[in-house]
Amino acid sequence: MIEMNFNPNDLLVMLPEIVLLGATCVILLVDLFLKPTQRDVTHWLSLLALVAAGVLVWRDAPAQGQALAAFNGMFLRDGVATVLKLFVLLTTGLVFVYGRDYLRERRLLVGEFYLLLLFATLGMMLLVSAGSLVTVYLGLELLTLSSYALVALNRDSAVSSEAAIKYFVLGALASGLLLYGMSMVYGATGTLDLAKIHAVADFSAGSPHRTLLAFGLVFLVIGAAFKLGAAPFHMWLPDVYQGAPTAVTLFVGSGSKLAAFGMTYRLLEGAMGGMHPSWTPMLAVLAVLSLAIGNVFAIAQSNLKRMLAYSTISHVGFLLLGFVGGTPSGYAAAMFYIISYALMATVAFGTIMLLARAGFEAEEIDDFKGLNQRNPWYAGVMAIAMFSLAGVPPLFGFFAKVMVLKAAIDAGQLWLAIVAIVFAIVGLYYYLRVVKVMYFDAPQDDAPLALPGDRSFRWALSINGLALLALGIAWSPLLELCNGAFAGIR
Amino acid sequence: MPSSHLLSLLIWLPILGAIAVLVVGRSANAARWLSLLVALATFALSIPLWTGYQPGGPSMQFVENLAWIPAIKANYALGVDGIAIALIVLTAFTSVLVILGSWGPIEKRVSQYMAAMLALEGLLVGVFAATDALLFYVFFEGMLIPMFIIIGIWGGPRRVYATLKFFIYTFLGSIFMLVGLIYLHMKTGDFALASFARAGLGEKEQAWLFFAFLIAFAIKVPMWPVHTWLPDAHVEAPTGGSVILAAIMLKVGGYGFVRFSLPITPDASQAYAWVVIAMSLIAIIYIGYVALVQEDMKKLIAYSSIAHMGFVTLGLFIALALVRTGGNPLGARLAVQGAMVQMISHGFVSGAMFSCIGVMYDRLHTRMIRDYGGVANVMPWFAAFMVLFAMANCGLPGTSGFVGEFMVILAAFQDSPLIALLAAFTLIIGAAYTLWLVKRVIFGEVGNDKVAKMQDLDAREWIVLGAFAAAVLFFGVYPKPLTDLMEPAVLQLVQQLGMAKA
Repeated sequence: MIEMNFNPNDLLVMLPEIVLLGATCVILLVDLFLKPTQRDVTHWLSLLALVAAGVLVWRDAPAQGQALAAFNGMFLRDGVATVLKLFVLLTTGLVFVYGRDYLRERRLLVGEFYLLLLFATLGMMLLVSAGSLVTVYLGLELLTLSSYALVALNRDSAVSSEAAIKYFVLGALASGLLLYGMSMVYGATGTLDLAKIHAVADFSAGSPHRTLLAFGLVFLVIGAAFKLGAAPFHMWLPDVYQGAPTAVTLFVGSGSKLAAFGMTYRLLEGAMGGMHPSWTPMLAVLAVLSLAIGNVFAIAQSNLKRMLAYSTISHVGFLLLGFVGGTPSGYAAAMFYIISYALMATVAFGTIMLLARAGFEAEEIDDFKGLNQRNPWYAGVMAIAMFSLAGVPPLFGFFAKVMVLKAAIDAGQLWLAIVAIVFAIVGLYYYLRVVKVMYFDAPQDDAPLALPGDRSFRWALSINGLALLALGIAWSPLLELCNGAFAGIR
Repeated sequence: MPSSHLLSLLIWLPILGAIAVLVVGRSANAARWLSLLVALATFALSIPLWTGYQPGGPSMQFVENLAWIPAIKANYALGVDGIAIALIVLTAFTSVLVILGSWGPIEKRVSQYMAAMLALEGLLVGVFAATDALLFYVFFEGMLIPMFIIIGIWGGPRRVYATLKFFIYTFLGSIFMLVGLIYLHMKTGDFALASFARAGLGEKEQAWLFFAFLIAFAIKVPMWPVHTWLPDAHVEAPTGGSVILAAIMLKVGGYGFVRFSLPITPDASQAYAWVVIAMSLIAIIYIGYVALVQEDMKKLIAYSSIAHMGFVTLGLFIALALVRTGGNPLGARLAVQGAMVQMISHGFVSGAMFSCIGVMYDRLHTRMIRDYGGVANVMPWFAAFMVLFAMANCGLPGTSGFVGEFMVILAAFQDSPLIALLAAFTLIIGAAYTLWLVKRVIFGEVGNDKVAKMQDLDAREWIVLGAFAAAVLFFGVYPKPLTDLMEPAVLQLVQQLGMAKA
């Protein structure tokens, strides 16, 4: 029988989350008393809350290879959680900075945006720190319920509402499948604790629980694949990306992908690591399908947000290559990949928001025509993002691809690496098309670009874009960070 | 042994210069002068490479080695042998002339053009200087980006098609090499080319790697039948782009064979040498005939480039046959040396030919042969240069074009008189298409009123063509400095070829 003790020190372990929760509640109250014109107060308070949480995550991070557990192992604070939380907080902060002007022009800059996003962030932090199936589910629901509402933020828009409904229905289905899988695993092992499941799950040929565990595993994989957006569980993704306000798309495409990676890692390696030979082929199939569907469908899109949605699916395919080996270096490569993807997606969606103005969404690829003539700097930033997404050196995205390809080849899955690069060539075309439109086509109107007045947005976007270049040259520290996160997991 | 940061300087000076040019970009003239200054400085800095190289010293000199990604043992490792030095000096030399040549013709977005050219120069130097496979790959692929932009913005009417084809085609080739490099990393634990060359590889592994490399470099060279991107890219590229493409980027393919295919997979190279030799001979003969029927001058020179690069690959792979089955290292040395001289010489000759066509294009804005005729009557100086380069292009003794081809044919004869005979066809076909071009464009009656109004070379064009002419004549009459420079590297390669790995 598990003895339930309350240990006050447990609260210290999850201090960043507690601070964020407290700050969110304060912001909720403060925002009630603000006029819409004073929304900037909420904005800066929210950023402050994120920074505070980030500092606490970083300051009290456990030493490399160490893990702190709280609440009887329900909550884990290890290297993986630290790295993912830092980047979750960073990308959420970027969503706030990039989205402020965009939402204000659309009369969507409401307190709920900040609150929902902060709650979603809390959910993500919980999710990546989950030490038991219950915490996984808790974090996931906090994240996804907030996300559904965020997608529907523009409630007068039919497209937005449709996207939110699709997201909700399919998301609920996926949560159901995940729960079903969890119940089977619980039935077979008698515990909800991930580490204990890892220890007692008996998958040997003679085990009476073999079938039950196998079914449970399949449902867990499906749940993770849905959250990641891996084909064939990707159906919600293009509609949500296109229908949601771009600021929300940015969040769904960056921070929430980091959290989905964390969840996948916790479930597959944390709980089912012993059944690695069984989930490897499943992930290989998901990877190939995602690469194929993502890249091929992206070619046909004329809407940039939808194109980026399909490109996300293909990137998830690459990400899964890191998992097939089931080794710490493979997971580190996958984490490196998802961080690089999140940083690239923020640039791409940020530029879309930069070009959008009141009553005009720069969503169609044709809206980018001749951008180089109208504003060479942001055309350059977007070009960096596109070349990086395509995986052209010396940009960050290339090295992320190298690391996952290396993980696949090290795992003996040479064929998977070759399939991946064949689809990378297909993918190259649609990224180049964006560059082509920006640089080689004549602009539709010659008026200089009306840039948003928000300086913090322009500066952050520029730095974000240049970071893709800088990290292409000096990517070693980040790789070390990822490798360090997985040190000693075996 | 001279140890300095010269190579880093040669890579980063043009790249930082490119950024500076973009910053001062509002004034076109400032951008032009600044980029010329940077290119001249780079060229001046490349001279000490040549003079400081010690033939008796270690095979790689001017070595720099910094840990780049310790986790996977990838290093920022640079070093050059004679072959690389010759190519780096060629790159710096050509870049100066390209920037000078683009002075007038490029009018829109000058700073971006100049910046792209300088960035390209830095990346090309990086390709030739890298001794770490990952670093090499970064430069090798990175140079596609500026070239993509150059063709796409300043190119001709079908530039978008041409530049997309160029990018995707070459990307397709090189990405298979990437898988090969990662595989080799798995075998050896680091990315150093030297340890790749030492890695023990089975016959089957070598075959796979050989073909991965072959796709990458054959597309870059380009060899028949994967050459189709080149005529499109050349025709649509602005003059400067064509010059860099023909003079240097194609050499990256030949250089790749020297650095990767031959030392890392010698046994597979030997086993499949016939494939490469057959492809080279087809390039030399069939592509020569294709060049004959072209109506577009740039396309004609593009095809002639493919035919001439056929000698590079032929020389390299004939050497394998000579040293391994013929037991004739001297013949192999001759073949490799011929291939290398041909690379350098073709750099000068093709660069000069494209510059000549650029000069005419700037005046009449057409590349069609039928729009010209009797140019010699109105542009005598220009005609003199063009005829000289045409002679070099068909391999006239006394020009640099002769030396390399002659050496390769001579070496081929020692292996198989038949191959030599087929390769020697180029002397007839090459002369046919080049001289016929000259006859139709330069000589005869003045073709039409527009030709009659053409102005002869201005001072800037004079400098560009004069510099090319000096190089073509100098290395045609006295190639010894060049062969001496490359000799130790060639000998080392021949020695490596002799050692079986499997």
